[in-house]
Amino acid sequence: MAKVKGAIVVDFEKCKGCEICVVSCPADVIEMTKEVNAKGYHFAYAAKPDDCTGCANCAIVCPDGVITVYKIKIVVEKIA
Amino acid sequence: MAETSSSNDIVREENLVYAKTKVLTDNVMHYCPGCGHGTTHRLVAEVIEELGIQSDTIGVAPVGCSVLMYNYMDIDMQEAAHGRAPALATAIKRLLPEKYVFTYQGDGDLAAIGTSETIHACNRGENFTIIFINNGIYGMTGGQMAPTTLPNMKTSTSPYGRDVKMMGNPLKMTELVATLPGTCFVTRQSVHSPANVRKARKAIKKAFEYQNLKQGISFVEIVSNCSSGWKMTPLQSNEWMVENMFPFYPLGDIKIPEVQVEQKEGDVLHNSLNQIDKDSKQVKY
Ligand SMILES: Cc1ncc(C[n+]2csc(CCOP(=O)(O)OP(=O)(O)O)c2C)c(N)n1
Ligand code: SF4
Ligand code: SF4
Ligand code: SF4
Ligand SMILES: [Mg+2]
Repeated sequence: MAKVKGAIVVDFEKCKGCEICVVSCPADVIEMTKEVNAKGYHFAYAAKPDDCTGCANCAIVCPDGVITVYKIKIVVEKIA
Repeated sequence: MAETSSSNDIVREENLVYAKTKVLTDNVMHYCPGCGHGTTHRLVAEVIEELGIQSDTIGVAPVGCSVLMYNYMDIDMQEAAHGRAPALATAIKRLLPEKYVFTYQGDGDLAAIGTSETIHACNRGENFTIIFINNGIYGMTGGQMAPTTLPNMKTSTSPYGRDVKMMGNPLKMTELVATLPGTCFVTRQSVHSPANVRKARKAIKKAFEYQNLKQGISFVEIVSNCSSGWKMTPLQSNEWMVENMFPFYPLGDIKIPEVQVEQKEGDVLHNSLNQIDKDSKQVKY
């Protein structure tokens, strides 16, 4: 069975913690860190990376263009 | 279910689906968190990359928060005096008619100090694109009331809300320029959600392509947020914009070109319009 799986990479030192990506993710993948970056902002990270479909919604709404998105089709095997 | 793949296998060049366009520089934008200026810069840059016109595009930056736009766009740009971007773009496009020329202007720039330049460039039917960022406020100078400020909206110079009896009515520049014969494409969009970003990107792309029609100004308003000026968090400002700005500034196309094309094979204009037709059926990302 083929399934689409995505991954995001956040350039976290450039993230300004606006959270617009968080509310734009249909799979609720993204949350904000408790720690802050060098600018003092809490930054976005993939809290549930396994749920990412690589739809790129988060990346296209990010005002600072700090999210990069990757996607693959993977084979999932059922273990009986 | 056992997955035969981990995140490390996914993050590889060959699996890339979205990365920041190279038409944006790597400079960190100075905008406040969540500001629509950043998103709109990126969409303009993506369209320039997609159309392959990076060395054929000249932008004109305004006075306002986006005054430093030329630090972020890896294209030729010129800075205009406050409100004068359409006059400068007129000169550039007339001197270099084969270039793609655009202005990028806030509402204070375009609808207050630059009202005259905007209306006359639109009425003359110059062949460039205007990207108009309407956040209903003077963001850069500390959130003063603009001509676009909504009735009853609080700003630093209308602390009890805009009283239209005393301060006049908000100006809908986009509807106004649509009535002028010198505009060919007039649309209002926003960039606060993935669906709206996709629509705005398509509109900006069309606006650039319509320069080939030589039928006048293509005008794209982006209704945008200003969390600092509105004194809200970025997410609150987007919600407030949806609830308050959109009813007054409704999104959508206001004017689309009457396309008259000579059906000559190999004709650049003809090919470009075929391209537009094709693209309007598919969203790029
Ligand atoms: C001739 C002149 N008058 C006034 C100013 C002060 N000024 C700078 S930016 C600005 C308004 C900017 O508002 P807007 O165009 O809406 O841009 P925003 O910052 O909201 O994106 C004003 C009045 C100036 N720089 N030059
Ligand atoms: S790519 Fe899509 S699913 Fe993955 S984190 Fe971004 S918005 Fe969520
Ligand atoms: S949208 Fe961009 S800047 Fe805002 S929190 Fe998400 S990654 Fe950071
Ligand atoms: S003041 Fe307003 S318009 Fe200017 S960068 Fe901040 S949020 Fe954006
Ligand atoms: Mg403004």
